[in-house]
Amino acid sequence: MCSLEKRDGVFILTLSGEGEHRLNPASIDSILSALAHVNENAHLVSALITTNDGKFFSNGLDLQWVSEFSSSRESRSQILGLKYAQLLVAVMELKLPSIAAVCGHASAGGFIFALAHDYRFMRRDRGFLYMSEVDVGISIPPSIMSIIRSKVGSRHLTEVLLGGRKYTAPMAFKAGIVDSVHENSGETLQAAMDASVKMGKRNWNKEAYLQLRFSLFPEVTEKLGLRLKGRSPLLSSL
Amino acid sequence: MCNLEKRGRVYILTLLGDGDHRFNPSTIDAISAALKEVQDSPDAGALVTTNQGRYFSNGLDLQWISQNPDAHLSTIRIKFENLLASFIRLRVPTIAAICGHAAAGGFIVALAHDYRFMRGDRSVLYMSELDIGMKLPRSLMAVIRSKLLPGTLRDVVLGARKFSAQMALEGGIVDSVYADSPQTLEAAVSEAQKLAGRGWKKEIYSELRLGAFPGVLEELDAHRDPYLFPVSSKL
Repeated sequence: MCSLEKRDGVFILTLSGEGEHRLNPASIDSILSALAHVNENAHLVSALITTNDGKFFSNGLDLQWVSEFSSSRESRSQILGLKYAQLLVAVMELKLPSIAAVCGHASAGGFIFALAHDYRFMRRDRGFLYMSEVDVGISIPPSIMSIIRSKVGSRHLTEVLLGGRKYTAPMAFKAGIVDSVHENSGETLQAAMDASVKMGKRNWNKEAYLQLRFSLFPEVTEKLGLRLKGRSPLLSSL
Repeated sequence: MCNLEKRGRVYILTLLGDGDHRFNPSTIDAISAALKEVQDSPDAGALVTTNQGRYFSNGLDLQWISQNPDAHLSTIRIKFENLLASFIRLRVPTIAAICGHAAAGGFIVALAHDYRFMRGDRSVLYMSELDIGMKLPRSLMAVIRSKLLPGTLRDVVLGARKFSAQMALEGGIVDSVYADSPQTLEAAVSEAQKLAGRGWKKEIYSELRLGAFPGVLEELDAHRDPYLFPVSSKL
């Protein structure tokens, strides 16, 4: 589901395996435990890079898991919604800079997961960013919407959310949704590594970094109950 | 410390001297007095704020703060919040003619203006807080967030990026860039005269500015515990 390595003073979390890297309780738990490890060791590294193998970064929530048994569809839907919020909280509470090195399709919850990171680098020729909710007929709760609204400029919000537009890397770059575009997966990851090493040399105080991230996104901080110390109520509840 | 002159209906506030124009109670009081004069003037049409020397402003006077940190930190924060509120309350258009470096509080003062014109060379915009391990109070963050695009905002606050005039132009931080200080000031004054010539009603202009950037003035006036999170945002 995912693997975590440390390379040249940078943590690299890779969403791995066959298929679309869909998010269900099991895959989310494995990412959460990786992110907990990153946070505990934040003082040793300069940044976290989240990337993927294969053709997909992530296509979001595992709707198949939700509807596997008709009797438990509603409760599974609630459980997955809560676990997904926990995932976003964990990314926003990282005590170090985060870069999503997107090397494949990222739609719906996968796109939002990438947005929760501080920076987005993307591979030019594979994958698009797509908020599919409008096409699939799913609404987005306010807490998660606050992340989208905080990261996508008001100019493009309508076409992203209400238009269900599919953004190739160059389109996403032009809209300010990704920060840079690279020729292939290797170069995307390398660029993220270079940016991480550069940030590491600035020797930022990790507490100050987290504090600044919270004050930069006060609506997200409030709606997701982000905390500097201790655990967000959301993280503790499951 | 600062000088106020009038050209037609345009007031020009100049931060004087070759130093880095730091904000402490004396300098803030001098600027506030100048702003009051502009606010009270019946035929004021616009304000241009500019600087002599190589610095627009490097922000709060950390030396003054360090003389008595416990008392001075809260004093200066409240005075600085009031200063920013005074700029935002002005009932005329405001242009910052940035003719030198603007960092931290100096950058925020520039952002509190309606427009920013900048000198092209030897001027850098920089929010230094992350590099020196300082937090940003919620009131000042409200000003910053109201004026910057999301990606630029992230680069400014979480990246502590140093923006040259060209980078600032591309990032939407400044509106236009000029070859040197005199040209920057002249362009700002010229634009200020045009804006003054539109004959806008002062009350309307002020209401529109407050409506366009809701919540900012309320944050500055409230003088809340600066680091109390989370904040419910109307921005």
